[in-house]
Amino acid sequence: METEGSLAFWMYRLDSWAWLLFETANMAALATLMGAGAALLLAFPAARNLGAGRVVNPAVRRLLEAMRTVPEIVFALIFVWAFGVGPLAGVLAIALHTAGACGKLFAESIENTGLGAWAGVRSAGGSWMQACRFAILPQVAPSLLSYALLRFEINLRSASVIGFVGAGGIGEELYKVISFNYYEEISAILLLIILAVCAIDLLSERLRHRVIGAMQ
Amino acid sequence: MGQIAGLRPVAALDQDAGTSMGARGMLELRGLTRRFGATVAVDHVDLAVPPGQMVGIIGRSGAGKSTLLRMINRLQEPSDGRILSGGRDVTALQGRALRGWRRDCAMVFQQFNLVQRLDVLTNVLIGRIAWQRGWRAAMVLVGARFTAEERAMALAALDRFGLADTALQRAETLSGGQQQRVALCRALLQEPRLVLADEPIASLDPRNAQLVMDALRDVNRKDGLTVLVNLHHLDTAREYCDRIVAMQAGKIVFDGTSAALTPERVRAVYGISEQEFAAEAEARLRAAEPAPAPLAVA
Repeated sequence: METEGSLAFWMYRLDSWAWLLFETANMAALATLMGAGAALLLAFPAARNLGAGRVVNPAVRRLLEAMRTVPEIVFALIFVWAFGVGPLAGVLAIALHTAGACGKLFAESIENTGLGAWAGVRSAGGSWMQACRFAILPQVAPSLLSYALLRFEINLRSASVIGFVGAGGIGEELYKVISFNYYEEISAILLLIILAVCAIDLLSERLRHRVIGAMQ
Repeated sequence: MGQIAGLRPVAALDQDAGTSMGARGMLELRGLTRRFGATVAVDHVDLAVPPGQMVGIIGRSGAGKSTLLRMINRLQEPSDGRILSGGRDVTALQGRALRGWRRDCAMVFQQFNLVQRLDVLTNVLIGRIAWQRGWRAAMVLVGARFTAEERAMALAALDRFGLADTALQRAETLSGGQQQRVALCRALLQEPRLVLADEPIASLDPRNAQLVMDALRDVNRKDGLTVLVNLHHLDTAREYCDRIVAMQAGKIVFDGTSAALTPERVRAVYGISEQEFAAEAEARLRAAEPAPAPLAVA
């Protein structure tokens, strides 16, 4: 017990925690990809200015509201119950919430776009989907990408907490050490989470600015 | 230069067919009306345009010229009346048939309406999207993958108006006159029978205005397309159009050859002299010009 109080004693399970952190980051990435993909498809019918119809438009808007008003942790509880303990439940929960949150932001981006190109494509005989693809998407792509990357930062934080209900990642380990009152481990894991989130925040911010810069 | 590869020989088809009323390609408006609330933008317009004609529609701001053209393309729904093309009722078209009609009557807008962040070539290729069927439509929708022939067609059209070397630039880097000619290329790629130009030169300087009007005339004469063009300059209308239709408060108040529209006639129709008419149109257009759309960037 001569190592007690040393850095090696404090971080003695760094290898498995590093792996769990990596898993958490992967959960966040996958969930962002799935959520933003769904949001991209739903944002066009949800935008008020593209005339998606008096039934479809409100229906999609309500659906997006439902997806983003329910907190991830509640979705996670449901999915843990449905699919069992593990990262799958966490990924699905975060993806669902992301789809709702990003869908609204994407739709607002679309609503702020000028409709000149839209009229151009429609007047050439383009279908509604073709007009979305050619007249709207190229104009809003940079802001959509930027929103999605921002959401990735948020999801990373959610992914580290969502393990508390058994939905995978570093959160599950944190919950375990908290319930056993392993104070060194608690502080060690919290420190690791803070460091990881800071690092990814910085990286993602740089990436975001580079993407926006490159696309303009 | 010359004909775009693959264009239908429209002129040859329509010359023999266009001799009798209601023949193929004949555009007819019957009692066409559009109301916005209490105001009547277009009021029972009757008009027959034989194929191959170049028609200038003139009138003061708010006379209903734009609404009229937008209704022909069905971008705006008529409140009343019918549009007939070769005996077919255009006002009743829906879905794919409607998109087919829109492909047949290409529109050119005052503000060009190009996709600013797409390259010029893709903007021109948008004229082809109504031609895609089945898995080709899916390829175009997902990856903007047009066939080699279509890309060649687009390049030929750009080359015809001296824009081939801008093909890979973004549309937003071009001047207004260049953008309007790109818009005309897009219109030609639709292989239309009719070109509807809504104030195509109102946002351009005189030199570019002349280039665009020359291009429209070229399309009318060489490709044999019917051209309906909204103009606010009587001189331009007289110079380029076979036939002039003057509108006032939604009604047609003059319809005849450009020679018949004498200054006396203008005064009789509008109650003001030609110079006043031109100055007023200019001032109104300046005032009505929308501010450039803000870039949507987070």
